[in-house]
Amino acid sequence: MGNDAHTPDAAASVDFEQVQSTEQFKELRKRHRSFVFPMAVAFLLWYFAYVLLADYAVEFMSTKVWGNINVGLILGLLQFVSTFAITGWYVSYSNRRLDPIAKEIRDEIEGHEFDKHGNRVSGVNK
Amino acid sequence: MIGIAAAVDVAALKDTTLLNMGIFGIFVAVTMVIVLRASRNNKTAADYYAAGRSFTGSQNGTAIAGDYLSAASFLGITGAIAINGYDGFMYSIGFLVAWLVALLLVAELLRNTGKFTMADVLSFRLKQRPVRIAAAISTLAVCFFYLLAQMAGAGSLISLLLGISDWGGQALVIIVVGALMIMYVLIGGMKGTTWVQIIKAILLIAGAAVMTIWVLAIYGFNLSSLLGAAVETANNPAVLNPGLQYGKTETSKIDFMSLGLALVLGTAALPHVLMRFYTVPTAKEARKSVVWSIWLIGLFYLFTLVLGYGAAALVGAETIKGAPGGVNSAAPLLAFYLGGPLLLGFISAVAFATILAVVAGLTITAAASFAHDIYASVISKGKADADTEVKVARRTVVVIGVLAILGGILANGQNVAFLVALAFAVAASANLPTIVYSLFWRKFTTQGAVWSMYGGLGSAIILIIFSPVVSGGATSMIKDANFALFPLSNPGIVSIPLAFFLGWLGTTLDKNREDTAKQAEMEVRSLTGVGAEKAVDH
Repeated sequence: MGNDAHTPDAAASVDFEQVQSTEQFKELRKRHRSFVFPMAVAFLLWYFAYVLLADYAVEFMSTKVWGNINVGLILGLLQFVSTFAITGWYVSYSNRRLDPIAKEIRDEIEGHEFDKHGNRVSGVNK
Repeated sequence: MIGIAAAVDVAALKDTTLLNMGIFGIFVAVTMVIVLRASRNNKTAADYYAAGRSFTGSQNGTAIAGDYLSAASFLGITGAIAINGYDGFMYSIGFLVAWLVALLLVAELLRNTGKFTMADVLSFRLKQRPVRIAAAISTLAVCFFYLLAQMAGAGSLISLLLGISDWGGQALVIIVVGALMIMYVLIGGMKGTTWVQIIKAILLIAGAAVMTIWVLAIYGFNLSSLLGAAVETANNPAVLNPGLQYGKTETSKIDFMSLGLALVLGTAALPHVLMRFYTVPTAKEARKSVVWSIWLIGLFYLFTLVLGYGAAALVGAETIKGAPGGVNSAAPLLAFYLGGPLLLGFISAVAFATILAVVAGLTITAAASFAHDIYASVISKGKADADTEVKVARRTVVVIGVLAILGGILANGQNVAFLVALAFAVAASANLPTIVYSLFWRKFTTQGAVWSMYGGLGSAIILIIFSPVVSGGATSMIKDANFALFPLSNPGIVSIPLAFFLGWLGTTLDKNREDTAKQAEMEVRSLTGVGAEKAVDH
């Protein structure tokens, strides 16, 4: 099974707790969580607000805006717009703020900087 | 406008049977050749389950769209909008917004920590055996509900095409369809299945695009006139407003919320969607695939709005309900109205391919889960070699296929989107809490995972059994009995919070602590992709 995710690799003898406690990793985790958590809360609130409006504010949702197009349809289509926008935003955020630092940590691990057996070989792969 | 509705003569469909079968036969032959070619290189377990992790993000994204845009999306949503108006649109929105949960919280982290199945991730830092078994059982249950819906869709579609309206004939159709699908998976494995998904996704989106433009052209590309025509045919202005289906009583309003909750939280917990993230080489490709699929899926759901109201305006709800296949026949009937037998044949072949591909994806997920998580890891305690594992997977395919056929015969006649929403509810209850907790909550323990998974799965299934879906109503699976003690048709609003609560409670009451080194490893791997990214970085 040549390309399994967990074939014995450079990560095999890594002290992950040590990696986890580095400032660099904490920064990565902070950047990831400080984006995805608020964003997840925001879009879920916006979605449930929409569901509740459709459920309990039928009159408001049925208000015609122009022609036969009513508030409900517009809000529904805005759900599409917000989904596309958040997707684009997340991708650009990951590319700028997450990927570079993740790659740095990965390179350090694979360069045996966190070897359990103490043979620290920094500077490899750089 | 009623005159136009009468233009769709359902009886005349029978005369086009030969043509339909011809188009359909060509499609089956072409895909079979592709599956055979793709499967030549299926050597290892990674090949069979994860297509050798050889797909690019955009290929995989298209395949995810193919997996996701099932009969529920095409036949189910179009039918729901055609008959219930705005309330049907809710499915489109829920099914799409749900992808943000997958994109932000699950896809990449999961790709970095797992191997083949959802259980790989869930059991990563917890006790292998209990968590793996629970995850495999919930995978099998979700796949079963999802398969049921696809089989019911296949039954509706073929019955419409062949004009079969008696129960026995439709059951026979489901059996034949099911057998054909089992063959695909047995031969093709994940690679063959992925190629079928890609082709089908392109055909489906293209077909829907053509019909959408056609419908819009009839109304001078004015959405407002299309909506006006739908109101006129239905003779009911309420089709444009929410509440036509779910606004009748307080109970049905709660049911609508329950549906909304299940839809938005279900996607990121569907085992066959999760498994797709393993067919790409890196987390970055996993992200790309989700982005790609969000665009494709979003576009498609915009089409369903036009198609649904188009069917309401041009075909009419009464004609749709009266046709063999009922509510699920809205899209094919619209195709027949627009482009006659040729377009009907094409659209039906595409719809059928959709079902075929989705069933293949589901079956392979269920089989992988059984062979990899239960057989290889638990029954033979890791001693089984890859060949035996794949052999077991293939046998599982047959068993699951047979079960799905039987379930599909029972569920025949129900709206496919509605049935799929049940699978979403089961997935969101059984899997999502454990996925989220194990990725983000350091203290989460085995007991929490096991309580949450069995509690969520059990409560969702029990509530479905005692719901109006199974008994007590005019459209229930078992019409002659009434044991519908639970008033809602979707269990999500009860079972999903319950599963989250049980995960928390089980962890809090657990005296055992999990291995902190494993937790560290999972967190570092999930965020950095170390180990999982090697092949590409160097």
